[in-house]
Amino acid sequence: MQHQAYPLRSKFWTPGVIVLAFLAAAGAVAILARFIGGIGYVSNLTTARPWGIWIGIDVASGVALAAGGFTTAFLAHVTGRHFYEPVVRPALLTAMLGYTFVVLGLMVDIGRSWAIWKPMIYWNTNSVLFEVAMCVMFYLNVLYIEFIPVVVDQFKGRVRLPGPMAGLNRAIEFLLMLADKILDKFIWFFIIAGVVLSCMHQSSLGSLMLVAPTKLHPLWYTPILPLLFLISAITVGYPMVVFETTLITSSMKLENEMDVLAPLTRWTMILLGLYASLKIGDMVVRQTYVYLFDFNQQSNAFLMEMFLGIIVPWFMLVSEKVRRSRPLLFIASTMIVGGVLFNRLNVFVVGYKPPVSEADYFPAMGEIVVTVGLISALMLLYRLLVTYLPVLSARPQEVSS
Amino acid sequence: MNLSRRGFFKIMGASGAGLAVGSGSAHARSLKAPPDAYGCLVDLTRCIGCRKCEQVCNEVSSLPPPDRSFDDPTVLNTLRRPDEKAYTVVNRYFPGTYDKQGELIPTYVKIQCMHCQDPACASACIVGALSKNENGSVNYDTSKCIGCRYCMVACPFEIPAYEYHDPITPRVMKCTFCHDRISKTGGVPGCAAICPVEAITFGKRATLLDVAHKRIKDNPSKYINRVYGESEVGGTSWMYISGVPFEKLGFIDVPDTPTPALAEKIQHSLFSYLWSPIALFTVLSGIMWVSRGNQDRSENNKGGN
Repeated sequence: MQHQAYPLRSKFWTPGVIVLAFLAAAGAVAILARFIGGIGYVSNLTTARPWGIWIGIDVASGVALAAGGFTTAFLAHVTGRHFYEPVVRPALLTAMLGYTFVVLGLMVDIGRSWAIWKPMIYWNTNSVLFEVAMCVMFYLNVLYIEFIPVVVDQFKGRVRLPGPMAGLNRAIEFLLMLADKILDKFIWFFIIAGVVLSCMHQSSLGSLMLVAPTKLHPLWYTPILPLLFLISAITVGYPMVVFETTLITSSMKLENEMDVLAPLTRWTMILLGLYASLKIGDMVVRQTYVYLFDFNQQSNAFLMEMFLGIIVPWFMLVSEKVRRSRPLLFIASTMIVGGVLFNRLNVFVVGYKPPVSEADYFPAMGEIVVTVGLISALMLLYRLLVTYLPVLSARPQEVSS
Repeated sequence: MNLSRRGFFKIMGASGAGLAVGSGSAHARSLKAPPDAYGCLVDLTRCIGCRKCEQVCNEVSSLPPPDRSFDDPTVLNTLRRPDEKAYTVVNRYFPGTYDKQGELIPTYVKIQCMHCQDPACASACIVGALSKNENGSVNYDTSKCIGCRYCMVACPFEIPAYEYHDPITPRVMKCTFCHDRISKTGGVPGCAAICPVEAITFGKRATLLDVAHKRIKDNPSKYINRVYGESEVGGTSWMYISGVPFEKLGFIDVPDTPTPALAEKIQHSLFSYLWSPIALFTVLSGIMWVSRGNQDRSENNKGGN
């Protein structure tokens, strides 16, 4: 029944890929401008608004939407449900690329990119950000290690470097074999470490804003914010898998893998229900519903997040018909993914109200170009890697039918 | 790969021990404030808005020359905030009181870093580049900073500014409380030394609190009965007394609990000794071990087919 993952080997330069490459190049130019003229040259960040969409989208949403990596690893490898194996590698690839680009985004955002290693030496254990940074650093390494088997699969016994580099063939072959042997014994450790590290920093990302009780709008500021962040990250894991699997199988004309995706979203229905009740319960307990119908920026954003990102897709997922329908499941999943992205944006940007200056913020063109460029580059790399490495297992439609 | 299992937990264990020590003192957060810190008392009824403090601050802090002269009175026509070129600014307010001639009486408010007793910026800083010193100053160590600007997110008074136009080595810019000057015996911050009307009094914070309450008590009609900074966010080294309510002068209401209290409490109760990650790791290993057996069986079944 189960297929092996295989490199697609399809044509790489399609029109879509060319558009992505163009957007990525534009992002590169904006990043260059940032490193010539400074953050202020390309962004609208100020004293009152030190964090913008680079933190809200590139970093916070990037981390949340990469959660598919640890949630699928948990399902397939920790609880041993190997039925879900076909989505583990694509989710792992998304997570690996996602976290890589989180770090790249951070390098653009922090003022002294070259000093990014300093938290390894100077520790402030009171700082939530310190814990997040340590976890992200370790987890990124764990993800790279978890990805090694994909590379080994592809090249073991097949290293044929051309020309003068041929002398290295045996050495590389030996390394691949060694990695294979070692990882076979220890991969369980990295899989579990990946889940633990994810739980730690996914929740702590929510604690980040607790340091600013006078700034974050009460609709989002709650002591259970770390719990909400953790639950929503776990929740968004499978919808993200559905979202990207549907996109890639459509654009590559592969089998749709609905047999795996449909049962996967049964878990999402339960998790999303839990997330919704926690959010609503929290609102009732803290009586923040009084802000609900202010119809200002914050209340509108909160209502949209709740309805379009949580309540509507939950009612959709409850229906078995939706879970079995490819387009409807895709819509529901996209809404959940969008809802979590919107939530992170709300917590870090929209809900952030500087109390003294009450300064407004809208991202500058430079910030948008950088963010879009980074996301495009990520998608390009994803496409490149699934073309040449065994990540996806869905067969081409022509062959299957 | 240098990430061995043992090495990892040695590192994380050590940081866990650090967290545990931190959580011990978190129960008595007031201990975090230095016992004998300096402070400044600003008497808003005295300030005449001459902006000499701005000028001397610019000089002693080696800041770039201002866009408009310190003698230009029209600067006061707009409300300003401290920024990367000015650690302190004086704003003029008309809170609605009139003098005998029927003219509105201005009140001038000097703004700078409050040098909190339990500073949110120092709690937030990822590398501990910001710290509360024994002398009361909250100080910034450029050599540790990575430029994440979490201090700016954390500061309830929106004080730290950033050199956004420096592409490689931008700094967080804020009042230093003239750390070097007040570390020497008899040293006084530039602004407190220059003030021609003694609107800024420098001294031990505890003494200044007594002075503030005595001034209010001796002249209850002149002052409102509040010392801004006595208890705000757990107390600040810079404190204000005023003749008009602080809300009318751009001062914001902040809670009396130090703003980083909740974040630190959650962080320490979750991660002291790294108990939660270790527990989770153990549980997950257990689940994996149990279901590994299941997997082998199912594979055998498959082989049988």
